[in-house]
Amino acid sequence: MTEFLQSLTVPFQYDYMIRAIWVSALVGGICGFLSPFVTLKGWSLMGDALSHSVVPGVVIAYIFGFPFVLGAFIAGLLAAGAMAFIRAQSRIREDATIGIVFTSFFALGLVLISLFPSGVDLKTILYGNILAIADPDILQVVGISAVTLLVIGFKWRDLMLYCFDPNQARSLGLKAGALHITLLALLAATCVAALQAVGAILVLAMLITPGATAYLLTDRFGTMMWLSAAFGVATSLAGAYASYYINGATGGCIVTLQTLVFLAAFVFAPKRGMLASRRAIRACSGVLGEINQPRMNGHEL
Amino acid sequence: MKTDEVSLDVEGVSVVYPNGHQALSDASFRLGAGTICALVGVNGSGKSTLFKSIMGFVNPTAGRVRIHGMPVKESLKKHLVAYVPQSEDVDWQFPVSVWDVVMMGRYGAMNFMRIPRAADKRLVEESLRRVSMWEFRDRQIGELSGGQKKRVFLARALAQGGRVILLDEPFTGVDVKTEEAIIGLLHELRKSGAIIFVSTHNLGSVPEFCDQVVLINRTVLAYGPTAEVFTAQNLAAAFGGVLREFQFERSTIQSHDGRAVTVLSDDERPLVFGKDGHLEYMDRGKHEELLRKRREEHE
Repeated sequence: MTEFLQSLTVPFQYDYMIRAIWVSALVGGICGFLSPFVTLKGWSLMGDALSHSVVPGVVIAYIFGFPFVLGAFIAGLLAAGAMAFIRAQSRIREDATIGIVFTSFFALGLVLISLFPSGVDLKTILYGNILAIADPDILQVVGISAVTLLVIGFKWRDLMLYCFDPNQARSLGLKAGALHITLLALLAATCVAALQAVGAILVLAMLITPGATAYLLTDRFGTMMWLSAAFGVATSLAGAYASYYINGATGGCIVTLQTLVFLAAFVFAPKRGMLASRRAIRACSGVLGEINQPRMNGHEL
Repeated sequence: MKTDEVSLDVEGVSVVYPNGHQALSDASFRLGAGTICALVGVNGSGKSTLFKSIMGFVNPTAGRVRIHGMPVKESLKKHLVAYVPQSEDVDWQFPVSVWDVVMMGRYGAMNFMRIPRAADKRLVEESLRRVSMWEFRDRQIGELSGGQKKRVFLARALAQGGRVILLDEPFTGVDVKTEEAIIGLLHELRKSGAIIFVSTHNLGSVPEFCDQVVLINRTVLAYGPTAEVFTAQNLAAAFGGVLREFQFERSTIQSHDGRAVTVLSDDERPLVFGKDGHLEYMDRGKHEELLRKRREEHE
């Protein structure tokens, strides 16, 4: 028994594991806080696009030796700007615009990596490598998290109003354009932070799944935000911890856990779950059945 | 709140969209305090563009809009303009309660973090009670009927304290009882000096509750008191053959039917003109003065 307990604490004997666990939890938390805005604004595809668009920025940053956060953030904002520009200047639909821009950026990233092979490992960008995260990179993640939490903490009501009813925001004299850019910048920043933990491909899961799960469990935005953040933290903690035993693929472990939690909510959520809506339909048709029955039995014939 | 009278001036407004589409040209009219004014026109006649210019979402390429004598931007900062959106424009699955939505009307007047003070809460409660939705304050907005949904957004406009209230198709999907309740509330607001500007397709309801009409088709065709503007001739100009007619003279209705003819319609109220092309109203009890005058004229 004591042997079993001892084996449970093994990951904590390694500095790199402890670091991986708390950095993952931090990233999971800020992604969780932002997730309700992204899911309710309908920006899932936008999140995916930004997470792939930051790749060339990361590569260039590594090649020239400046902070990868800066490179990634600039690349993300450039991509968002390119999307807005193409949409305003042409008749191409939004989803096609997003598709064109993010694949272009990603392709540019791949070309740069193959041109400068020593600069950076493609696998690290695509799948993340939180176990080997360097101290300066941790500092960058902490910085992003602090700014994101501050902005959401002070401005979540404005951002919520902007997601729900941008026209009302404008007619109250709020700066809708500034709110739009704020949300976009937060999205780009968290993409960059999550890149470290789970890599470019799975960033989207960190940004969507916690919010979607919380959405099934509550009808109040504030509650949704806290639930979503709690899921993000818990799944990232547990996922990073579990990855020690499975030996690797931290990102995969975290996202798989998030999917399991989502599935549980999808089926069992008290009001919006699959079983609950089945029950509601059955209760309804039960009432209808009673009304219909006399006629079915031919009393009127 | 200012006690002096609010006004809405639209002066020679033209709007050309970036794709070259001219939505409005040289539109002008003026509304004074204490009016319910209908904005009537076909789809694509520039109704929503006009609303957007009044709310400052589009900048006119020529002309200007003044609210209470101020440019739009300034009036928005003073929260003078409230907007009740069309039902189709709202995400009803959004996780907010009735209370949350009405509280959004107060955001403009709140501090940096939008934390409601006692005064804000009191105004929200008052507004909800005025539209009889206080009992539903904790409901998620998707769990309401069509009429209840409308009343929630009307309560938001009340809580905001707007003096110019824009309503977009307020009666679609609303039952007759709620329609009457909303009209009653609009009458109260008119009495308090507000300008109520209602965009609507529902022609028959216009004479019933609007004292003024702005008729538009890419520009303002006519504006003024309903009885003067809402003529068969003006409507034909505004709708250009889109309207359907049912003329009793040409129909199978015979003289033995007399006036015992019932007109039913689906969502919209029918618009009825009398022999000389004057407006007919639904309820003669409310228009005895008019009846007496017409009788005298006839004799």
